[in-house]
Amino acid sequence: MGKIYGVVLAGGIGSRMGNVEKPKQFLELKDKPIIVHTLEKFAVYPEMDEVLVLTPKAWVSFTQDTIRRYIPNADEHIKVLAGGETRNETIMNAIRYIEECGCLDEETIIVTHDSVRPFVTHRILEENIRYARQYGATDTVIPATDTIVESTGGDQITSIPNRKYMYQGQTPQTFHALRLKQLYEALTDEEKDVLTDACKILVLKGEHVHLVQGETFNIKITYPYDLTVAKALLGLEE
Amino acid sequence: MLNAVYQLVRPRQFEVSFSHIDLNGGDVIVRPTHLSICNADQRYYQGKRSEEILRQKLPMALIHEAIGRVVADPTGTFAPGDKVVMIPNVPVLPEDPAECPQVVAENYRRSSKFRGSSLDGFMQEYIATRPDRLVKIPDCIDNDLVAAFTEMVSVCYHAISRFERTAHAVRGTIGVWGDGNMGYFTALLLHARFPEAKILVFGVDESKLSDFTFADAVYKVNAIPKDLIVDHAFECVGGMVSGTVIGQIIDHIRPEGTIAILGVSEEPVPIYTRMVLEKGLRIIGTSRSGYEDFAGVIELYAQRPDVVNYLEKMVGAVVDIRSIRDINEAFEMDIAKAGGKTIMHWECF
Repeated sequence: MGKIYGVVLAGGIGSRMGNVEKPKQFLELKDKPIIVHTLEKFAVYPEMDEVLVLTPKAWVSFTQDTIRRYIPNADEHIKVLAGGETRNETIMNAIRYIEECGCLDEETIIVTHDSVRPFVTHRILEENIRYARQYGATDTVIPATDTIVESTGGDQITSIPNRKYMYQGQTPQTFHALRLKQLYEALTDEEKDVLTDACKILVLKGEHVHLVQGETFNIKITYPYDLTVAKALLGLEE
Repeated sequence: MLNAVYQLVRPRQFEVSFSHIDLNGGDVIVRPTHLSICNADQRYYQGKRSEEILRQKLPMALIHEAIGRVVADPTGTFAPGDKVVMIPNVPVLPEDPAECPQVVAENYRRSSKFRGSSLDGFMQEYIATRPDRLVKIPDCIDNDLVAAFTEMVSVCYHAISRFERTAHAVRGTIGVWGDGNMGYFTALLLHARFPEAKILVFGVDESKLSDFTFADAVYKVNAIPKDLIVDHAFECVGGMVSGTVIGQIIDHIRPEGTIAILGVSEEPVPIYTRMVLEKGLRIIGTSRSGYEDFAGVIELYAQRPDVVNYLEKMVGAVVDIRSIRDINEAFEMDIAKAGGKTIMHWECF
């Protein structure tokens, strides 16, 4: 079987976190940066051949040092790379690295994950890999609990989709790396501009993206409120 | 590393909480794969322990019978991928000098902790443990469902080892009272350990008694021949009827015999001490097990595939666990079962 790469996306600059000085993935949770907790989940996952961390270019050395400080023998299986302009360009950088190493083939799997989702579980990783092998791609989701309201103009409702068909996207999103690259390169610049999500590359081309059941606690730590929730999940005092 | 722990917060209600595992802390990290439900777990799940105990112990992750695969071992004792049985008894280090290890076995030390009782049990995403709390399962033992309840078998193994050290050497006839899982495992191990001895089993359920095909004879407890005599006996019933069972054993045991008690009773039970004295009986209490017992059972499984085969038929429901709802379903199925062990296939959780 092909190699499996974790692709941990640490591209955020933390602009939504309020007056913090560092990108949100470096904020501390239980005495460690959030990204370290996330990487530990990938590091102990038995089938993960290598973990690639994609971070803004200016933060590459800082990220490397941080990982080395907390994770033993990190250099053996965790590689820090510079991200791209967009989320999808960042993923393409990871795939380019795999290609340059001579490891990109039709069976190569990439498990892409937000660095600020440290509560990802073994099961979620396992099902992502299993179903990506079986169907080609996966997206981790939970059923929507709030009603989703669509408004194309921003001032009035244009539609209210049936909630039972709505899901909230989480990560990981897992792909056959070569197939994702081929589909992405076939997109026009206009198509690339409207992509906010890697799975949409496949959806636009009519490819099967299999759903993996996420967890309500697999939260993305984006706002100060999320950090409070994360601390509460760990039973920590604010 | 953040680790999901599935705790019982009150009877019949599980919730996830998170612990932190220090990957630099020197512990072996094990991914649980198969968990087996015990009656002790059920007593918490159904709220059958006293309110005070429940208040004291919950929230707590249940399950003390489990196997898993090693994912990391900084000590180098195990290789990633090794299949291991996990020992729930955790002796405190350094040892309490008041409890000399040469005299007090690890499972009787008051200072020892026990998973699913005084520590979180195995219902966790990963288990961080000392290497001496793991026993490698060799490749020749390929039945993971049987391996999952090694702990319970090790408790019977431990009781028999203590019996062997305590009882006199005449072991022509050994009686086992109890037709449940504990009775089955004990009778089977006695049959394997003392092939020359006659193993008699006493129970209440004809259908369950008919499962003891390896035993020399089975009897319903209300139809035991008056002149039937055993050299020694194992009590594997527990509960409120323990007193009645022990009374029946006293009636049918030869003088100087040994009674090993394995059944747990929550309340004090009466014992007719006059006859204990008159017959000069030895009564030994046994509870839980330690490293040597686990290693002994795994060795036995490797040497005696026939024993593993007899145990296979004790596997009841196997439930794939992907959510907390599945855990509840497994516990409810276990309550409704006629016999055997309920296994939670944890690999997918």
